[in-house]
Amino acid sequence: MTELQTPRGIELPGPGQEPLLRVERMSRHFKIGNAMSQRTLHAVDDMSFTVGEREIVAIAGESGSGKSTVARVLAKIYKPTSGEAYFQGKPLSAIRSRQARLHYTGLVPMVFQDPFASINPVFRVSHGVMRALKLHRPELTSEQRLTEAVRVFDAVGLNPGAEVLQRYPHELSGGQRQRVGFAQALAMRSKLILADEPVSMLDVSIRIGLLNLMTQLRDEQGVSILYITHDIASARYVADRLIVMYAGQIAEQGPVEEVLASPKHPYTQLLLSAVPDPRADLNVGAETDRGEPPRVINPTPGCRFRWRCPLAIDVCHSVTPELVELAPGHAAACHVAQSGAEVKAF
Amino acid sequence: MAHALADDQYGLASPPRREPVLEVRDLSVEYVLETGIVGAVDKVSFDLGPGEFLAIVGESGCGKSTLLFAITQLLNPPAEVSAGSVAFHGRNLVQLTERELAAVRWKDMSVVMQSAMNALNPVQSVGAQFKDAMRAHGTRSKEEIQDRSVEVLKMVGIDPVHLKSYPHQLSGGMRQRSMIAMAMLFTPELIIMDEPTSALDVVAQRSLMAQIKDLQQELGFAVIFVTHDMSLVRHFSDRLMVMYAGQVSEVGPTQQLFDDPHHPYTVGLMDAFPSIRGPRVPLTGIPGSPPDLARPPAGCRFAPRCPKVMSRCEANPPPEYQVDGTSVRCFLYDSAGGSQ
Repeated sequence: MTELQTPRGIELPGPGQEPLLRVERMSRHFKIGNAMSQRTLHAVDDMSFTVGEREIVAIAGESGSGKSTVARVLAKIYKPTSGEAYFQGKPLSAIRSRQARLHYTGLVPMVFQDPFASINPVFRVSHGVMRALKLHRPELTSEQRLTEAVRVFDAVGLNPGAEVLQRYPHELSGGQRQRVGFAQALAMRSKLILADEPVSMLDVSIRIGLLNLMTQLRDEQGVSILYITHDIASARYVADRLIVMYAGQIAEQGPVEEVLASPKHPYTQLLLSAVPDPRADLNVGAETDRGEPPRVINPTPGCRFRWRCPLAIDVCHSVTPELVELAPGHAAACHVAQSGAEVKAF
Repeated sequence: MAHALADDQYGLASPPRREPVLEVRDLSVEYVLETGIVGAVDKVSFDLGPGEFLAIVGESGCGKSTLLFAITQLLNPPAEVSAGSVAFHGRNLVQLTERELAAVRWKDMSVVMQSAMNALNPVQSVGAQFKDAMRAHGTRSKEEIQDRSVEVLKMVGIDPVHLKSYPHQLSGGMRQRSMIAMAMLFTPELIIMDEPTSALDVVAQRSLMAQIKDLQQELGFAVIFVTHDMSLVRHFSDRLMVMYAGQVSEVGPTQQLFDDPHHPYTVGLMDAFPSIRGPRVPLTGIPGSPPDLARPPAGCRFAPRCPKVMSRCEANPPPEYQVDGTSVRCFLYDSAGGSQ
């Protein structure tokens, strides 16, 4: 294999400051159709990004953009087709033995979207967290496990922890169940929580509590979170950095406030203009957009947004744009933006 | 006009009616369970004028979907209408037989459900499903069915070649659009929509909302739009009804509710929406969760979560007060207006 090249615009940490998670040119493709089929779905293509210590990074994108696939590759549910991810400097592909895997999934647990399906309904909620403790921290005695379970339940706002532990999932609300998911993640002394749409099934009034919990976990427990969401507005309230995905690739990434204040990629602009905002007047600018994201099957070079982009120029149809830093820490994969022209698509 | 119909067969040419299309009075729905009775909808009343767009918002479990099923008489046991009436042009739907209802449904009143993937038949082409609906209401001529199917698909911006497509061949947005097309086959006077955009991405969602509004203004049907996302209907609905724990907590003109919400619950909901524009204000949400409707609080149902709760709130349920054209179920407005 040739040397992995770092794409331009991705800040590489200097020696001795390896980020918590570093993803390098990671791709995940799926063969679709029957055995003879030559068709390959490119769910994630050539993605590079980092997550630092005590950092919340949001990956926002529409359904089918590949954002959940990223989380699943990082959770080692899928193997990447190419590329590599490094957790604390060690490549994920080197994690093979059951023990190493267990250790890794304890450090990098996942919190799922559906709080009603992700907890076993026939056991008390203590079952899941006690089991996780037994598997991942075998050095603890059973009393220590219980103390620890109470501590993490209190930490996620399920007070009093000792009492809530004895309940069955059906006795908890959706928001409380999702907190159980975060408590289980904390119990394993995790470093990075992969949160795949953790609030999308919750009601608006409950959602804020969970979003606040995530920032609280970062500030008080020192965990990092990869927050996968389709709701870019919620990302604003929790994330330090925002990655916008389109059709399996990063369209734009940067500090969250900066990306929202001055989006460089036409897709980010489209996405932002479509977010319903009760406080603003109706934005009719992009009303004519009837396009939908493509399913990326056997793609040819070129920007994947070109069919929906009002600014597309010739080069967009033949050359896939690289992610290039346009302002400190703020990068976009757009030929027009990189040419120095002002992008105002939507 | 591109979508104008050739004749008044679908009821377009009839003069606009002044009286309300729908009058809901003290409608209550109960789930009769072994463990007790759960009052999912409690004495809801409202009128819907011709061509009016009413949005009903609330959290899951507030009874908004149950209310919708009660209006359309689609409730299944153990849910049943325990009191009240739903008058559609003066006919009380609650007392109609299934056969009488079948004549009204789809022709005069149609429903677009939340998940088009589940509402459409996966083993039949879209065109075949359109044909089914039209045949069921007595349209026999093949040409007529074909012409009308093409026409409604064009109205929602789908190429008529998709009449031959199966649901799985369409994208989420197109499936939801073809459901709306199907709901318009007979140009009903009322289309009821239960979170039709919740499975869609924001971009598709906005364009679908804009299209619903365009069609509504063009064809003049009334809409009841149920959603949990208040910000979605901000620019599209005429009136907004906020439900909490089976009751209407506030109802009034949409614009006014957004500019000046009265009920503490409405205020809480407004403040719970993260905004991507303007300053980044800390969000609070509403602490706690909605009450168990098997044992609703004795007083105001929002009292346990209310930041402005008073002692009387816990003892007595508040009536609805009229304040500046909106109706609010909250004791804070006791002095501001008379009880209803």
